[in-house]
Amino acid sequence: MDFLHANLPYILAGISVGGQYALIAIGYTMVYGILRLINFAHGDVFMIAGLVMIYASATMPLYIALPLTVIVTVLLGFVIERVAYKPLRSAPRMSVMISAIGVSYLLQNLALYVTGGLSKMYPTIPWISDSITIFGATTKVVTVITPILTLVLVIALVLFIQKTKIGMAMRAVSKDFETSQLMGIKINSVISATFIIGSLLAAVASFLYFSNYAAVVPTSGAMPGLKAFVAAVFGGIGSIPGAVIGAFIIGICENIIKGLGWTTFSDAFTFALLIIILIVKPTGLFGERASEKV
Amino acid sequence: MSMLEIKDLKVNYGGIEALKGIGFEVEAGEIVTLIGANGAGKSTTLRSIMSVVKPSGGSIFFEGEDITTMNTQKIVERGVVLVPEGRRVFPNLTVLENLRIGAYLRNDKAAIEKDVEHVYSLFPRLQERHWQEAGTLSGGEQQMLAVGRALMAKPRLIMMDEPSLGLAPLVVKDIFSIIRRINDDGTTVLLIEQNANAALKIANRGYVMETGRVTMAGTGKELLEDEAVKQAYLGKSKE
Repeated sequence: MDFLHANLPYILAGISVGGQYALIAIGYTMVYGILRLINFAHGDVFMIAGLVMIYASATMPLYIALPLTVIVTVLLGFVIERVAYKPLRSAPRMSVMISAIGVSYLLQNLALYVTGGLSKMYPTIPWISDSITIFGATTKVVTVITPILTLVLVIALVLFIQKTKIGMAMRAVSKDFETSQLMGIKINSVISATFIIGSLLAAVASFLYFSNYAAVVPTSGAMPGLKAFVAAVFGGIGSIPGAVIGAFIIGICENIIKGLGWTTFSDAFTFALLIIILIVKPTGLFGERASEKV
Repeated sequence: MSMLEIKDLKVNYGGIEALKGIGFEVEAGEIVTLIGANGAGKSTTLRSIMSVVKPSGGSIFFEGEDITTMNTQKIVERGVVLVPEGRRVFPNLTVLENLRIGAYLRNDKAAIEKDVEHVYSLFPRLQERHWQEAGTLSGGEQQMLAVGRALMAKPRLIMMDEPSLGLAPLVVKDIFSIIRRINDDGTTVLLIEQNANAALKIANRGYVMETGRVTMAGTGKELLEDEAVKQAYLGKSKE
């Protein structure tokens, strides 16, 4: 009980950051599920969402800046897929992955150019940046909101995939491109929908994440992006519940390690976990058995 | 005017000419079969009709309309469906979802439900297992599901690629009687088979394909009795 009490702020922070990783990780895992592509640009899309919010809120009221950021981020995800991945649909998987790495650097350098390399202060979103006290631990409202919002969004997403026609098409396309096409499914629309959902969740994650960290630099997307990617692999890439659970585990463990005074090692822990998972259980917690398409 | 008309169709696969200019017709209401050895180009023919493979020459007409360069979705909308080789049901979808996805382009909900019932009446096994993931079905059940899924598109022409492949003889018999039944209900059938004997027996007409060419044509009966066909495809030697 003492341990719990002493570490409550860290556990809360862990749950919160875990939720943020989860929202990013879904973008990785869904795209992988359909295209078998690790979208390296996804973390940078998240960073761009942060920057868009900064520039938008400088000139516009919040109630316009927030939805505008979401729209711009979604458009960015959509355009990246159409321009950088779609033309390579029948190319070897490695080519698409290299294209993704290219887009990642392009976005980072674009951000560098626009910001001049200076770190930009993230605007304070009222209410979610307020302080509250839970069980004696003082924290921001965003810390509490994040896991709740994450769970609501994940449940909505799972229902969308299980119950709607386009969700059914997504599941079909993730198994068999050609047969899906024979059903009259437009593969490209389904893939676009996947990128749109992933970018939408990344935009939401950016509001929550940057409200806690206050500054955005061109490489701000790299670390959360990598962590979310590890979470997706840990949970079993391709699986949405897996990515969410993986993200919460990583978020909580990282912060408990920080609470124990080993802050320096908290990142190392995540990547050590990645190595261990890849050695012990490469398909992750909920990953599908490795059955290659023939 | 024939329902389906193939003229001088050519397909290249990375330098290899899989189809070297073939031509054949399917009349409305018929069962037509393409027979031939592995690699003769039968599957390629069906896949290029569905526009999954792009032809390098020739033309495909469906009910008088040129569909050679049309995309797959439009072709399905016109009423042409393919039951692919190896069944290819979606293993992660339930049986019912597999049927629903067959009706992906339709929006008439009430009629779709009615057609689900119709498919169940053709294949009672599917109704028993409607909640199961299709990946858990046996090979024969998966083939029935693949056929049922194709029927859900309300096709005017149903094309089947080796529906009897790898199935037990009893199940094969079932599949062929279903094909006949589908045809009796007014759907035109284009059938590819290795089981040439069974295929020619139910077919009105047949074409023999050899290495990318159509080498022979005739009614099912004519081909069944043809000496060359007998030797090459029916496993019967000269007496």
